[in-house]
Order: sequence, then C-alpha cells, then structure tokens
Amino acid sequence: MSLSLIQGRRGLLVGGMLFAAGLVLPYVVYPVFAINLVCFALAAVSFDLLLGFTGLLSFGQAMFWGGAGYVATILIKGGTGSFVVAVLGAVAYALVLALAVGFVAVRRSGIYFAMITLAIAEIQYFLAFQLADLTGGENGIQIVSRGTLFGLSLEDDKVYYYLVLVVAVLSVAFAVRVVSSPFGAVLAAMRENEVRARSVGYRTESFRLAAFVMSGALAGLAGSLFAIGNRLAGLDGVDWHTSGAIVMMTILGGIGTIFGPIVGAALFESLDYFVSKTPIGDKTNIVMGTVFAIVILVARRGIVGEILHRFFAPRKRLVEDEDQPDRLIVDPEPSV
Amino acid sequence: MIDASPFMLAQASFGWDYILTQLFNGLVRGGFYALLALGLSIIFGMLRIVNFAHGTMYMLGAFVAYYGAQLIHLPFFAALIVAPVAVGAFGLLVETTLLRRLYDVDPLYNLLLTFALVLVIEDLMRLLAGPLGSPYETPAVLSGATNLGFTLYPTYQLFVIVVCIAVCAIVYLIIERTALGARIRAATEKPELTRAFGINTRRLISGVFAFGVALAAFAGVLNAPSTNVSPTMGDAIIINTFAIVVIGGMGSILGSIVTGFALGIIATIGAVYYPPISNTLIFIVMVLVILFRPAGLFGTAERTT
Repeated sequence: MSLSLIQGRRGLLVGGMLFAAGLVLPYVVYPVFAINLVCFALAAVSFDLLLGFTGLLSFGQAMFWGGAGYVATILIKGGTGSFVVAVLGAVAYALVLALAVGFVAVRRSGIYFAMITLAIAEIQYFLAFQLADLTGGENGIQIVSRGTLFGLSLEDDKVYYYLVLVVAVLSVAFAVRVVSSPFGAVLAAMRENEVRARSVGYRTESFRLAAFVMSGALAGLAGSLFAIGNRLAGLDGVDWHTSGAIVMMTILGGIGTIFGPIVGAALFESLDYFVSKTPIGDKTNIVMGTVFAIVILVARRGIVGEILHRFFAPRKRLVEDEDQPDRLIVDPEPSV
Repeated sequence: MIDASPFMLAQASFGWDYILTQLFNGLVRGGFYALLALGLSIIFGMLRIVNFAHGTMYMLGAFVAYYGAQLIHLPFFAALIVAPVAVGAFGLLVETTLLRRLYDVDPLYNLLLTFALVLVIEDLMRLLAGPLGSPYETPAVLSGATNLGFTLYPTYQLFVIVVCIAVCAIVYLIIERTALGARIRAATEKPELTRAFGINTRRLISGVFAFGVALAAFAGVLNAPSTNVSPTMGDAIIINTFAIVVIGGMGSILGSIVTGFALGIIATIGAVYYPPISNTLIFIVMVLVILFRPAGLFGTAERTT
C-alpha cells in the first residue's frame, strides 16, 4: 500500500533499526522466544506480501507454515540430518502446495478467497491428523537435533537464532524487492482497479497466483525454521488458529507496510506471552481478540500504519482536477 | 460434529436398509448444515458480511440450554425458544455496537471483527465452563427408538430431521412470500431505493442479523443432546458451513438449504464407503465446485469484491 516506509533512505533506516533490534534480541529475551518471534515476523511479512499488495486475505497461511514444519522435521529425522536439505525440501513443499491451492483459490477474491483458503487448509489439517504414522498425529514429530549447516552444529539457541535472523533479513529484503519491482506495480494496479489492469492486457489471475505462491513459500520457510527451532512439528502448526494469529499480527502492525507486520508479530508474541503469565493462563485470546477488535474498529492502518499516517503523511496539496482542469482539488495520489 | 460410530458398521453390511439408515444420518447432519448456512446466507445477503462468529453463536445456544438445565431446570423445549431469543439479543447488541461501524469499509474488516469475537467468546467460555464438554440430556419424550420398518432409528434424530426441514421451510416462506420478506429482499437488492420508500432499513438490518444468529443458536440447542456441549463445538462446523455456502453460492436462500442437506447426505454416505474422507469430503466437493462453477451451484455472479 504505502511503499514510503520501505524504500529509499527511510527504508534503509527503518530496516536498519529493525535489524539492530534483531541483533540484540536474544540478549534481551530467551533465545528460543527470539527464534519464534523472528519466525512469526517472517510469516507475517509473507502474509502482508499477499494481503497488502494484492488485497487477498488468506486465512490458510498455517497450511504452508505447519505443512512445511512437518516436511522439515521429517527430512531431518529420516534423512541426512542436513538443515539445508530440510529447509529447501520444506520450502519446495510449500511452493508446490501454494501452486495447487492458488490454482483453485485465485478464481475468487474478497471474502470468498478468505473462506476458501480457510476450508482448503482444513484438508491438510485432517490429513495430518489422520496420517499419524507420518505426522505423529496428536503428538506431532519430535526431533532430537536441528541438523547441521555444512558441518556447523545448530544446537546452540543463539547460533540458530542468528542463522534464522540472516535468513529472515534476506527474505524481507526479497519481499521489499518484489513489491518495489514492476511486478509489484502490476499488483498495485490490480488492487486499485482490476478491470483496468485486465483491460491493459495483464492476466490478473496469473499475477495473483504468483503472489500467492511467493507468499506461501515464504510462510513455509518461516514455518520450517520455527519447527526446526522448536524441534517439533505438530497439529498446532496447521490449525486455523495459527492462520488467524498470522492475520492478527499483520493487521496489528499495519497492512501493506512490510516492516509493520514485523513490529506486529513482536508485539503480538510479547503480549501473548505476558498474558499467559496472568491468571487467565492459556486463554490469552480473550485479550488478543479484544486488542485485535479495537485495532479493527479504530486503527485499521495498524500501529506502524497509523504512525506513518499521523506523523509522516504528506501535506495535502491542491492540484488541477483531471476532468475539470479549471478546478482545484486535493491531490488524490499524494507522493511521499 | 456427528460422531463417527457408523464407521464400525461400515464393513458389516451394505444392504439397502443400511444405506437408507445412513441417508437418515445424512439428513440429520445436513439439517444442521442447512440451518447454519441459511442464517449465514441471510446475514450475508442483507449486511454483505460473513459472520465468522456464526459457529460461536451456535455454541452459545447450546450453552444457554446447558446452563438453563443446570441452574433453573429449563426444559429442552423451552430452551429451543429461550436460547435463540437470548443469543439473538446478544447478536443485536453486537450488530448495533460493533458491526455497524464497519459497513462503509471493505467487508473483510467485518469478517475480521467477527473472527475477533470468536476468539474472545470461545476463550471466555473455556474460562467459564472449562475446555472439556458436558453432556446434555435428551428430553424423555424423544428418547428411545422408532421403528421405521427397515430399522430402529433414534426418535430424537427423527425429531431433528423434521424440525430442521420445518424451520428451513418456514424461513424460506417468510422471505419469499410475506410482506416482511419482500422488504428484506428489497433492502438486500436496492438498499437506497428501499430507504427512499420510507422503510427503516437500519432496523431491518439489525433484525436480520439477530434472526440469523438466533437460527444458529437454535441449531446449537438442537444438537446439544447428541454432542458434547463444549466451547470449541462451533469451530469445526463453521468452516464446514463456509464451504457449504461457497458451494451453494452465498446469498441464495434456497441454495443454502438444498446444499446444506445435500452435503450432509454426501458427506455421510461418502464416509460409509471410505471412512477417512468423513471430515474432508465437503472441502473436496468445494474445490471441485470452484474449479467447474466458480460462482457456486446456485450463485449467479460474484456478488462482492
């Protein structure tokens, strides 16, 4: 939506600040919590790539997140114990799955797309539940080791954290590159006016599918890093509540701002953690749902989006109305 | 939601009487789908929002019946009235205080707001009632079995089938044949023109939302005796209902009813032949429908962005 945050000097500045925060994070919070936080942040960015830039709200990101988690742990457990093989295999799985699901789902948009992705994700949930020989059913898959990266042991939480951070930074840079590219411009055009985008010759369904596949692959990457980090893949990962959490993080941070969802994920995970330490225990959704509802009602731009809007919004400029050149109107497309 | 016990019988016999029994089981399952899809559909038709909390309202209905019985010995038949009224009133509150604020923005935001409601209400109920379910007694008049000629069938399940069909028919007739229904249809298709005729569409909208969630609560009470009344009982059924309205084409009243019953039967019979597919068959059917008829079986065109 607003590229102002992620491009140019401001993009480098904000990105650099987030990266610096990422560098010190495992010295501020438990390293495993830091790992989870970065993984969710990447998942939220993957979701924002889709919602923020195509307007498609996928309620099925857990399908890629959790599905890739299963694949990664299965590959480590049954295979060579190579981290790289596990992650690449998991991402490949998420990519193929996203291609198949997207082929069906991009035929509809809006609320239908949300319902369809939610329903299709349930197919994988029940498969994971029923194929207990492969997935461990209710117990999930536990692995004893995170595997090795070209001989480097990843068992130390901080070592693993910095590996995850590097992968996440590269992925976010990729996402920024995608949305600033001509491809991203087509997505923006489609979001603003699909009929017009189609009339100038863009095959909008193909573009939507491409965005969906990229989003799914990134969510899969995040999910595989998460599962390996926790040495566990289970039904929680493919449950629709996880899809919902990713949706909430992104909107909490700010749709279409890429960096916003990172902040959203950090706030979401922290708040969830603190609430779980209060007497309400694991019923954290009482608070999370309330906060989310308030954001939806009064701050739909999300936290980062609202800050951008309040403090960095361009001054209103008067320009000539395109249709009536003698009239002045407020510039409908202000540039920042 | 309907338990998996028929699986045990699956290998035993595939005679016509067995299939006929399964058809009745399918009608029971389909009756609940139809009631929920119907409510979801009329709400969507009128408000242009997808009520994610529809399964939650269904769960609340069952809990009103459960606590009614526990605390004040509320009989089942009274609960069939009290629960929809109570949940309908709650729906009215939700519509007037929350949903109304979002009618001017992308309908996705109302989907998300009702999703937030699901999270809050579900966890509040887990806090209040505990995560595990509680049984609700079948009313004495309806316990036991009835001889259908080909099999002995639980009387309560027969009652469910009859009531679901009757309620669906009544709602359909109200919307298609009465003056009130005509206003609702008018407000659905041309809200501004309807307002111009001096009809209070705002009140109509509130009423339709309350009525839609009351239908869900009614289904919740109706299912209470055959299931565990638990905070998560709405989770599975809401996603199934979403799939059904996608299959039927949202906003189509008749489409929702027919698709609800049909999918109940298809899912039940399908599970007889291949038990593992019991939970996923509806979603698979949905995928096929999107591939070959994206607007849904009864839908005409994309009715929203």
